[in-house]
Amino acid sequence: MLFRGITRLAALLVLALMAAILLVLLVQAWPALHRFGWHFFSGTDWNPVTVQFSALPSIFGTVVTSMIAMVIAVPVSFGIALFITEMAPAWLRRPVSTAIELLAAIPSIIYGMWGLFVFAPVFSEYAQPWITDHIGNWPFIGVLFQGPPMGIGVFTAGLILAIMVIPFISAVMRDVFDLVPTVLKESAYGVGCTTWEVVWNVVLPYTRVGVVGGIMLGLGRALGETMAVTFIIGNSHTISRSLFMPGNTISSTLANEFTEAVGPIYTSSLIALGLILFFITFVVLGLAKLLLLRMGTREGRTS
Amino acid sequence: MAFSARYLRRRLLNAFNLGISVLATIFGLFWLTWLFWTLVSHGLQWFDTSLFTQSTPAPGAVGGGIANAIIGSLLITLVGVVVGTPIGILAATWLAEFGRYSRIAMVIRFVNDILLSAPSIVIGVFIYAVVVARFGHFSGWSGGLALAIIMLPVVLRTTEDMLVLVPDQLREAAAALGAPQWRVVVTVVYRASLGGILTGVMLGIARISGETAPLLFTALNNQFWSSNMSQPIANLPVTIFQFAMSPYANWQHLAWAGALLITLAILALNLFARLVIRSHAFVK
Repeated sequence: MLFRGITRLAALLVLALMAAILLVLLVQAWPALHRFGWHFFSGTDWNPVTVQFSALPSIFGTVVTSMIAMVIAVPVSFGIALFITEMAPAWLRRPVSTAIELLAAIPSIIYGMWGLFVFAPVFSEYAQPWITDHIGNWPFIGVLFQGPPMGIGVFTAGLILAIMVIPFISAVMRDVFDLVPTVLKESAYGVGCTTWEVVWNVVLPYTRVGVVGGIMLGLGRALGETMAVTFIIGNSHTISRSLFMPGNTISSTLANEFTEAVGPIYTSSLIALGLILFFITFVVLGLAKLLLLRMGTREGRTS
Repeated sequence: MAFSARYLRRRLLNAFNLGISVLATIFGLFWLTWLFWTLVSHGLQWFDTSLFTQSTPAPGAVGGGIANAIIGSLLITLVGVVVGTPIGILAATWLAEFGRYSRIAMVIRFVNDILLSAPSIVIGVFIYAVVVARFGHFSGWSGGLALAIIMLPVVLRTTEDMLVLVPDQLREAAAALGAPQWRVVVTVVYRASLGGILTGVMLGIARISGETAPLLFTALNNQFWSSNMSQPIANLPVTIFQFAMSPYANWQHLAWAGALLITLAILALNLFARLVIRSHAFVK
């Protein structure tokens, strides 16, 4: 009974922790939210001197970098999982999946250093001018790729986020692809399906719950990633139409300014940013879980 | 025998998509190789004994090492592990053994999954508001607490997954012999899943030892040798961050050496955890 009580206490502590984080952030963010009201979410100014703060540029940067990351990482991860589970010869499987997983073990500060000192110069020298020249004059999307080749900026941050979340998404995809019963796949091969048809028509429908789970896991990580982004996004409180311009994310603003913030309103505004970030990840992960639950039940009913 | 156009199209689509998938794998491995090459080529040349024996140098000074940062990191991580691990294992025990199907258990799992992916910098802000602001100064303890909060959900999740894998027959057999439930858990279930639990702890350690963001405004940093956990304490990730962003060549060299060191340590932990999993699977 005592043991049971202790374990129960530990489990409830998780709930208490979550409640405490929300409560503390809310209380500490209140002065800023109260002072700026809705303007905090819609304005674009961030000026410690005149004590004017608003979150839109940071929220914008967070969402855009994560979108870039997902656009790159999801197809690549799918390709990697497909290669490991369906194509690679047995002797190659373990080394390749271990190597991809090691990508996840590297701390984000290492990605940041590499991105700033090694990748950004190479990118601005060789890739960026070409992209600006060839895609920069396309209608609609061209404007995204205009601007001086600085190497750092929103696009670079998104690209490095993509590299960072690929191991998470591909590991989940690989694991769930492995769960597909061999009989199912063999029956599909038996009626003459190609490898691609087996993956697209048998493996993917069978595993979509896990695949969405993996994508959400990657998205959650991309949204809150701090150090790598802080190194390479350029840290400017502006919203640019071009992805090659510097920007800011919620987490990079916090990392850069929190210890230097003077005055209660400045600190409170930064904590309000933290609250918004926490709220966004909360919603993303909560939606993912609900989606997974619904898909899970549907799966059970039809089969 | 002539193939129909449809058949050719299917074969072509297959070959094309599989080719893309090979390219995707090469794309992933390419970055890994590049990262490693960068770390080794920038960091290895600054590896010497003074790196491990001397404290961080003053700005612009020559020589020095990162010994104080290494010790500080070990201390903070130790606090994180000692606080986070038992709570995680106990909470997982309740979820797996006592409240497995209850509504509150589902809520706890939901909340834990969110904490697992919660941005670590927000945890740093939370600890700053609760601990640092209250006591009026940055401290090693607050850094350790922040890491414990990051460690807890990792341990909880892996432990619960491992406990659930233990077959119910084992529990029933122990209960049939007259063992009370806590005894069943401690002597049968824990023992059966020990390897998995250890793996979870090691992965948790690997996760927190590279964390920089939550330490920025909790443990802060300290240029001098200190093992006083009530004061700001030097630690590897924040030292690397500050030194890498500094204009001093010597500091940047130390940052690269520290980066290589921390990456090697974390990779070693990961590979070790993998070995434990494999040996565990072998016993089973």
